[in-house]
Amino acid sequence: MFRIDFNKLRFLVCDDNPHMRRILRTLLHSFGAREAYEAEDGATALEMYTHYVPDIVITDWSMPIFDGLELAQMIRQPESKGNPYAPIIMLTGHSEKRRVTYARDAGVTEFLAKPISAKGLYQRIMNVVANPRPFIKTKTYFGPDRRRNNNNAYIGPERRTGGEVEVLQQPSLLDKARSAV
Amino acid sequence: MANRKGVEVKTFATHHVITQPNPLRKVLKRVPETDLDDPVARAEKALAGLSGEFKNWMQDETSRLTAAYAALLADGFTNEATEELFRAAHDIKGGAATFGYPSAAAAADSLCRIIEHAPDLEKVPPELIKHHVNAIQAMVHDNTRRGTAATAGELSRRLRGVADEYLMHVNRDRPEHLEAIMAPSIVPAE
Repeated sequence: MFRIDFNKLRFLVCDDNPHMRRILRTLLHSFGAREAYEAEDGATALEMYTHYVPDIVITDWSMPIFDGLELAQMIRQPESKGNPYAPIIMLTGHSEKRRVTYARDAGVTEFLAKPISAKGLYQRIMNVVANPRPFIKTKTYFGPDRRRNNNNAYIGPERRTGGEVEVLQQPSLLDKARSAV
Repeated sequence: MANRKGVEVKTFATHHVITQPNPLRKVLKRVPETDLDDPVARAEKALAGLSGEFKNWMQDETSRLTAAYAALLADGFTNEATEELFRAAHDIKGGAATFGYPSAAAAADSLCRIIEHAPDLEKVPPELIKHHVNAIQAMVHDNTRRGTAATAGELSRRLRGVADEYLMHVNRDRPEHLEAIMAPSIVPAE
C-alpha cells in the first residue's frame, strides 16, 4: 500500500473565494502538507507559479482577471521558462461534461467538481503523483495525454495520424524538455 | 530518444510524445497494509472542526448574492452586474453543499443556468431571478429550523423545473445550449 508524503509536496492553490481557500488549506494541512501557497486570481497565481515552482496546482475555474482555464493554458506553454509539466487539478463548481472537455483541452490533468470532499481531493492528488501521463504536443495542444485508456479495442476516429517520421531533429523541444526537469 | 535526465521525446508525423521520469515519485512511500493512519479521515475530521464557521460563511455568501442582485436591479444587466451575480451564485453552488446547505446549492445552480443560457437576460421574467435569490436567502436563514430541509429541497426542485422549462423554450432554436441544458450533471445526485 502506498501513501503520499505530503510534507515533501509544494502546492499552489488558486481560488477567489476565501472560504474555499480556507477549506483547501485545512484539507491539505491535515493530509500533512506544509507548503501551500494561495492566490486569489489567475494573474497572481501565475506569478506565484513562476516564483515558488509548486509540485501541484489546484485551481478554481471561475475567477477575476483571468480564470483557471487561462491559467492552465499559460502554464502549459512548452516554450516558457517555467515548468510546463506540473499537474493541474481543476476544482470547480462547473459540473457539466462539456466543461470537463474544455478543461482537458486546456491541459488540465484532473477535474474535481465541487462540492469538495477530502476523499475526492486525496484521490486526485494520488492519481497525479502515482500515475503521471506522458505529455503530448501537437500544433494545437500541449498537455497530459488526453487518452486515459490504452484500449486496443478502440473503434472511434483516429485523430493522431502518421507513423514515426524519418527526421527526428527537434532541438528546441528537446532543450525545453531538458531544462524543465 | 532520451537525454541524460531521462526525458524521452518520440516524434511522430502529427505529434510528439514526451515522457519523463515521474518527478513526484519521491513522495510516494510504501506502508504496511496494517498501517492505521488514514489521511482522508484526518482531513474529514479537520473539516468537521471548521463546521462551526459554516453558518457565518453562508451568510457572507448570501449577502454577496443579495448585493449583486440589488446592483442588477439598480443598474440593469450590465456586464459587470451580471458577472457579479453569476459569480456569487456560482460560489454558492460550489460551496453550499460543503457548508451544509445542499438545497441552496441546487437553487444557486439553477440561477447560474439561467444566467448562462438565457439568450437575453432582459427578457427573463424578473420573478424567476427574484424567486431564486429569495429562496436561497430563505434556505440559509431557516436552515437550522427543524423540518425545513424537505421544504427547501422541494423548493429548489420546483425552481429548477420552472427554470429548465423556460430555458428549453427560449433555446429551442439553439441546439448547443439545448444540449448543455439537458445534459446530466457530472456531480452525483444527493
